[in-house]
Amino acid sequence: MIYYDKLIFELSKNERIGYHFKSDDFKTVTLPSNLLRMEPLDLPEVSELDVVRHYTNVSKKNFGIDSNFYPLGSCTMKYNPKINDQLASLRGFQAIHPLQPTSTAQGALHVIYETNRMLSELTGMYAYSLNTFAGAHGELAGLMIMRAYHDKNKDFNRQTIIVPDSAHGTNPASASVAGFNVVEIKSNDDGTVNIEALKAALNDTVAGLMLTNPNTAGVFEKDIKLVADLVHEAGGLVYYDGANLNALLGKAKPGDMGFDITHLNLHKTFSTPHGGGGPGSGPVGVSEKLVEFLPNPHIIKTDNGYTFKNFEDSIGMVGSFYGNFSVYLRAYIYILSLGKENIGKIGPYAVLNANYIQASLKHLYQLPIKDYCMHEFVFDGLIDQSTHVKTLDIAKRLLDYGFHAPTIYFPLIFSQSMMIEPTEVESKETLDAFIHALKVIAEEAILDPEKVKHAPHTTPVRRLDEVTAARSPKVSFKDL
Amino acid sequence: MHKYFPHTQHDVEEMLKVIGAKNIDDLFKAIPKDLQIKKDYNIPLALSDIELDHHLNELAGKNQILKIFRGAGAYDTYTPSVVSALSSRQEFLTSYTPYQPEVSQGTLQYIFEFQSMITMLTGLNVANASMYDGATSTAEAMFMANAHTKKNTILVSETINPSILEVIKTYARYKKINVKMIPMKDGITDIHSLDQSNDYMGVIVQNPNYYGIVEDYTNISNWIHEQGGLLIINQDGQSLGILRSPASFKADIAAGELQSLGVPLSFGGAYVGYLATTNALMRKMPGRICGVTTDVDGKRAFVLTLQAREQHIRRAKANSNICSNQSLMALSVTIYLSLIGKNGLKEMTQHVLNASHDLYTKLIHTGLFEPVFNQPFYREFALKARVDLKALNNYLLTHNILGPLEIENNVGLFAVTEKTTLKDINNFIEKVVAFK
Repeated sequence: MIYYDKLIFELSKNERIGYHFKSDDFKTVTLPSNLLRMEPLDLPEVSELDVVRHYTNVSKKNFGIDSNFYPLGSCTMKYNPKINDQLASLRGFQAIHPLQPTSTAQGALHVIYETNRMLSELTGMYAYSLNTFAGAHGELAGLMIMRAYHDKNKDFNRQTIIVPDSAHGTNPASASVAGFNVVEIKSNDDGTVNIEALKAALNDTVAGLMLTNPNTAGVFEKDIKLVADLVHEAGGLVYYDGANLNALLGKAKPGDMGFDITHLNLHKTFSTPHGGGGPGSGPVGVSEKLVEFLPNPHIIKTDNGYTFKNFEDSIGMVGSFYGNFSVYLRAYIYILSLGKENIGKIGPYAVLNANYIQASLKHLYQLPIKDYCMHEFVFDGLIDQSTHVKTLDIAKRLLDYGFHAPTIYFPLIFSQSMMIEPTEVESKETLDAFIHALKVIAEEAILDPEKVKHAPHTTPVRRLDEVTAARSPKVSFKDL
Repeated sequence: MHKYFPHTQHDVEEMLKVIGAKNIDDLFKAIPKDLQIKKDYNIPLALSDIELDHHLNELAGKNQILKIFRGAGAYDTYTPSVVSALSSRQEFLTSYTPYQPEVSQGTLQYIFEFQSMITMLTGLNVANASMYDGATSTAEAMFMANAHTKKNTILVSETINPSILEVIKTYARYKKINVKMIPMKDGITDIHSLDQSNDYMGVIVQNPNYYGIVEDYTNISNWIHEQGGLLIINQDGQSLGILRSPASFKADIAAGELQSLGVPLSFGGAYVGYLATTNALMRKMPGRICGVTTDVDGKRAFVLTLQAREQHIRRAKANSNICSNQSLMALSVTIYLSLIGKNGLKEMTQHVLNASHDLYTKLIHTGLFEPVFNQPFYREFALKARVDLKALNNYLLTHNILGPLEIENNVGLFAVTEKTTLKDINNFIEKVVAFK
């Protein structure tokens, strides 16, 4: 990776252009001046090669999954197969208008219908909507479905969502945005649901519970059926945050555990590229009794092929069209490339990889939960903290060794969390190299702690002044 | 073996030995037996690469590629090859959200450039790192107005795209926000129908509106600001290059869709929304914001900032739940705008303006259509057909042409883009006349 900090605006020179456009001999139309742009248009003036070199150099400051191992916990950074990108770019998929007649887009509708069906089968849910753009968007829609369900039952005083304190930050945020009050309950030491705390929080104002399983500490909720039963008995619904579904493929289905609503992150479990923070795809799935509340429009299969239909009790539209088609198209290809024979191996290999790293390093790093983990696990910093080397330092030093850092300081239930998720795609050799790096860092922490505390040393930039950035924000070129 | 799983039998044995487990199943002992899957999944058998290639080509072939004269929120735009070549670089494509800034300067830098371009186009002070699409972005703008004014009614012009309105209504319902419509008169927002009230958090209008009409929002802006509410303008990306900017109407928030700036149609997604606002409202803005800072060596660097607003810090008190946005599409738009630049955007928007008027005039000239409104328009316009519009559209499909969207009985909404040539228009007119 290299350092290059020129902004495209700084390359601009009057008269240069980076396009070749020809207009036809139309009559020139002018709109009334009160409707026209008054300010100058200060876009860059650069040549095509300027643009190519600039963004190539900019890209070189980034670490991707193709660069090396990316063990970011709860983010499921698995390989994004190239064939998915290539086939999703076929003109027959890219050049079609969302409002062209469904009879002229049967290939696209087949993808929507079959992806929906296969996701339902893999998770034990009745149906999905692919209209939601990201995990958090799926959560929002799922909570709206919860609201719509209680409203339909005239159960208007169910205004509370219960969230364990080990949950992803999006859970309470989504519940808030959907208009609910949020009650956080304290988890057990391993992040699992504390049954007594749950019982104490349940009453007739509870709309539902949101849960990740395995939880953010990589532990399977072994009492999940009891948890679901308790919430159901109290009249609530149980929501499954699918961020950690990767562990369960081949082993268990959320639908069998009593979950009523789920969202999946296709950009995690189903290998679609994260794109530096999107576009993702966060399908929302439901059990049979909640189907009518899914976002509009729905896909249906008729004797004349596939078509869209609006349901009256639906929460409504959650985007202009049908979600990120180009993203879930990649997930469709991915599922077919693995097929029934292979897709069930994802969970086992992902869990094997996580346990291998855990077992190889637990003599150097504090392991708060001393049992087999699922697809990810948490170290709570170094065992020997005599030199005050913290999780942040270890994470930054890993960058020097060419690895991406794990998720750090999350979950919040431990003070020095390093959440490591290797995924099933990594070989023993890659894991061994990563284990070796963490062993070397543990050694450096004692022999040369300053080196670790000031890491990284080899990245395009080193530790940043985040405080000044937030105190006097400079957020566009003209602020510089 | 499968190409996505590197585990040999020997690897598995070695790893289990280190773990101290007999077999992989042992690692799953925490999952109660009655919850463990017993049957194979009911999904197809794996397809080889060649089979996949064949299958996906066959599906793509079932989608008809058409000459498009339809818009209504999605436009048949041209994607320069540089855009796809650069945005598909693995460093951009396969990275996660820039949580480790030292190895994510690439993503952070283009977010900064994207924000800069959006502030430049809208004239507002600050923009975020992108939104899911133009509709959800507008709904989030409504949430900002709700949080800022603590008022519960939003006014929305009837001239807005009905899909955007539907999304606004979906979001409003769960926050107990009332959506009150401002009627339309002659294709534009009827300001005279507004009553004096200080119950309004703000007003949402679209420019150009659903019918392609370019409205002057000066009066609405003055009026809503007098009532203590905010002005939210939804404006399409391409039109920002030629039409009056949200800032010049004194908009407090600009939101909209950027698909028209080189993002492929892709059956409705992935597209990309933007959200821009004033300094006063910056901390109410959802989503990620990138700022400039320095590293310990004094080098200029980019970093996510104002994260104290966000879900991973604030949890239930966050002002939005957004985390993944449409980052890669924001990159595409940034590269597109760099290439097209100042002059290109001017030329293209003028072409679109000219071409839409050429099509309009020629359609009227056929005698088969009559005007619905008499207002200035950009790119899109509505005409009432004197023939059966459904039959005409079906006929056009047989010639691989996607005709206008029927927005009400026999009224069609036509659109052109920078791809539409004089020849395309003449050919279209020829087919329409032949249908008669």
